[in-house]
Amino acid sequence: MPLPYYVSPEQMMQDKAEYAQKGISKGRSTIVMEYEDGILFFADNPSASLNKISEVYDRIAFAGAGKYSEFESLRKAGIRHADLKGYAYSRDDVSAKSLANAYSQSMGTMFSQEIKPLEVEILVAEVHDGSGANEIYRILYDGNICDEKGYAVIGGKSEAVKVFLKDKYRAGMNLKESLKLSVEALESTVKTKLEKENMEVAVLDRGRNGRKFRRIKIDELITLLS
Amino acid sequence: MWNSSFYDYLVSEHPGLLPQKELNNSEVSSVNREMLKNVPHGTTVLALKYKDGVIIAGDRRATEGYQISARRVEKVYRCDDYSAIAISGAAGACIEMAKLLQVELEHYEKLEGVTLTTEGKANKLSQMIKANLPLAMQGLIVIPIFAGYDLNKQEGRIYKYDVTGGRYEETDYYATGSGGKDARSTLKKFFSPGMTEDKGIQLALESLYDAAEEDVGTAGPDLVRGIYPTVKVIKKTGIEDVDSVTIETVYKRLIGDKQKSAKKER
Repeated sequence: MPLPYYVSPEQMMQDKAEYAQKGISKGRSTIVMEYEDGILFFADNPSASLNKISEVYDRIAFAGAGKYSEFESLRKAGIRHADLKGYAYSRDDVSAKSLANAYSQSMGTMFSQEIKPLEVEILVAEVHDGSGANEIYRILYDGNICDEKGYAVIGGKSEAVKVFLKDKYRAGMNLKESLKLSVEALESTVKTKLEKENMEVAVLDRGRNGRKFRRIKIDELITLLS
Repeated sequence: MWNSSFYDYLVSEHPGLLPQKELNNSEVSSVNREMLKNVPHGTTVLALKYKDGVIIAGDRRATEGYQISARRVEKVYRCDDYSAIAISGAAGACIEMAKLLQVELEHYEKLEGVTLTTEGKANKLSQMIKANLPLAMQGLIVIPIFAGYDLNKQEGRIYKYDVTGGRYEETDYYATGSGGKDARSTLKKFFSPGMTEDKGIQLALESLYDAAEEDVGTAGPDLVRGIYPTVKVIKKTGIEDVDSVTIETVYKRLIGDKQKSAKKER
């Protein structure tokens, strides 16, 4: 019987990471940005029905980049986690922090134990009423979790978008300004004009009662971008 | 593979969180059965159609046997933007079922990206009531009314249920609970298709008033404490609460009319 080839753990992890990164950077970027009245989610998405952005709970939303089937099942698991917690305790007990931690745990386990790593990067954001600060968590394919301030970018050429946003982003922009900045940021990396039909836009609007998540439909988008 | 039902998820993964718990034989002795009868019970709820949709209402009393256990209990719950559930029966189980239905509808909407049809919502509720049958046999009966605005058909819809989960659609109005029969009499007398919203609200409140006159379990308007029945209106633009000032005005006029006619009789 031939002996199995020996691969050092470092090599194996590195290979997996490279594989995952390659898969994630193939897609297009998604931007999450804090604005005056909440948090804006902006994605370049040619599909009208296969969403990259989704509501999770009253104040929490989700964005995924990479392989659709993989982040879709993470999204569903997140909604189940949140709904279960809100049902068993109270609606106010559901927090982005606990959700992000749960994601981090399960994605970390999958990265180290499965042969094929997840080719996804996800964002979980929570908007706060009044004085509390918003929370944005970015969770990587290997379960690494980062706490982001102001804006965050996942998928595609995320580094380039981040560099673009670094100088141009300022706190307290209104919805119109932050939306325009997001469009510019994505266009700067793809070097083409984005079609409005291909934009997936949603907000966590602090001003709404109960469920803060709202999708911005094409009519409103045209007005906002004019 | 998972489906999009929160209820099914609870059944398979967290059965302890379900409203219904099956009791074993030793727990179902006649003494315990008496005890179960004395848990708080909700009384009269009703729903009726009007020109633009459907009105759903309920009084605020809960009883424990012959005692009043709560004066401000809420029996009409918003399920989502286009539907509501009104409950009568064992209050604890009822409230939990209403809460579970709310989560169920929201869960489905988030997972699938679309809302269920009115028919679909009513059907899901029917399955929950059916699952409650073992408890119902032991005395904890849950009998709701489900009302919604059907966006496809552009009309209000009313569903009533029996204890086995049987689901029946009503064409005009329905009332259930301990004073349900009395409320139905008033509804039957004065209901006409295509009523205005004001007329519909008035009829709902008058029916509850009449039920309170005949049934010990049903509360009339509590003018001293300022507690009035809950009324919600569901139409094309969504669900709205009728504010207590409107309800108070309707009742004051109703009581004034009744006083006048009583004086004439004397």
